[in-house]
Amino acid sequence: MAEEQTIDPIHQFNINRIFDLHVGGVDASFTNASLFMLIIFVAITALMVLGTSGRHIVPTRLQAAAEMAYEFVASTVRDTAGTAGMRFFPFVFSLFMFVLFSNLIGLIPGAFTVTSQIVVTFAFSALIIGLVLVYGFWKHGAHFLHLFVPSGVTPALLPFIVLIEIISFAARPITLSVRLFANMLAGHITLKVFGGFVAMLLGAGVSAVIFPLPLIAIILLFALELLVAVLQAYVFAILTCVYLNDAIHPGH
Amino acid sequence: MAEHETHAGTEAPGGAHEGGGAFPPFDTTHFASQLVWLAITFGLLYLMMSKIALPRVGGILKDRSTKISGDLEAAKAAQAKAEAARADQDKALADARAKAQAMGQATHQQLAAEADAKRKALESELNAKLAAADAQISDMKTKAMANVESIAKDAAAAIVQQITGKAADPQKIAAAIGEAAKG
Repeated sequence: MAEEQTIDPIHQFNINRIFDLHVGGVDASFTNASLFMLIIFVAITALMVLGTSGRHIVPTRLQAAAEMAYEFVASTVRDTAGTAGMRFFPFVFSLFMFVLFSNLIGLIPGAFTVTSQIVVTFAFSALIIGLVLVYGFWKHGAHFLHLFVPSGVTPALLPFIVLIEIISFAARPITLSVRLFANMLAGHITLKVFGGFVAMLLGAGVSAVIFPLPLIAIILLFALELLVAVLQAYVFAILTCVYLNDAIHPGH
Repeated sequence: MAEHETHAGTEAPGGAHEGGGAFPPFDTTHFASQLVWLAITFGLLYLMMSKIALPRVGGILKDRSTKISGDLEAAKAAQAKAEAARADQDKALADARAKAQAMGQATHQQLAAEADAKRKALESELNAKLAAADAQISDMKTKAMANVESIAKDAAAAIVQQITGKAADPQKIAAAIGEAAKG
């Protein structure tokens, strides 16, 4: 039982209350998830606000990192959603940095991964799709519905195409949230399982000689997870841009 | 209890994991607090980024590009200035050289003319002196010749008186001497 506790790969996703807090009947308790959200916020703010406080012409290391993040996201938004999409740049930037920092901080052993909670990723997706809908209808009115009616389709096929377009649009918040959530969840479980193998082998007498095998695997996996963490943040940001582009330019 | 409240997808992991309650990511008990804190932190982050960080970084990048282009412009202007200065210097040098040459030529000509004039003056002076000397010589010669003539007359008269015993005709002697002197 105690041994099973050490390799319990789900334990890391548990949410523990640090103190209870109820505001107007809503549970706003401060948990380890809240703590890590605050850590993410503080880390990003430290990088982007304190790191650039010198306004150096020749940047310091921290300022260079902040500038790199800025230019990377700015070029992603501009390439995907056009210059008109730059009005969403602060939003996409905040989203990208939040997801990136959450994924990366989550890789620190013992840390909690905010984006491994489906409620968090789904909240982001709902926010994005809500923004797309509100902005699309506010900007284009009923013309926004052209998004679901591709031009140049045979009239006979049109009902099916429209149906498919609507389904694919409706699936976006689900795919967007599940992609990030599942990647984080699966990666962390795998790392934990391999870590458990190392611990188990070390306590298993003669078989302990093969403990380097899972250890090497965990190192390689960690590198892969590092890539996944950055890649998923990028995918999340670029899909946001693609969806926002639909709201900005609804015609296919 | 928890299993009924949670999502449809929880049965498998929730069931496999004995006695631990629902699969944590699908456990709805903490959804509200997560959403509240996510709204707070992400809202603050959005405010920080959109109001402070991004305008500042954008400003830094813009400042840098204007500074770089300004510096390049200044460098270009300085280069053009240096080029102009070089051209000016070349021109001044050529002018000075031409002027020096002209001056040298003028001085040379002046000196030559002066020397010529001096030479001519000297020559004419010498010629005058030469002429004066010639005149003096010929004067002295005529004077001497005149003396010779009178001596010859006296001598001839004396000789004629000695030989003939009578005084010679001075007219004839003078004619004879004149003839001899001519011969």
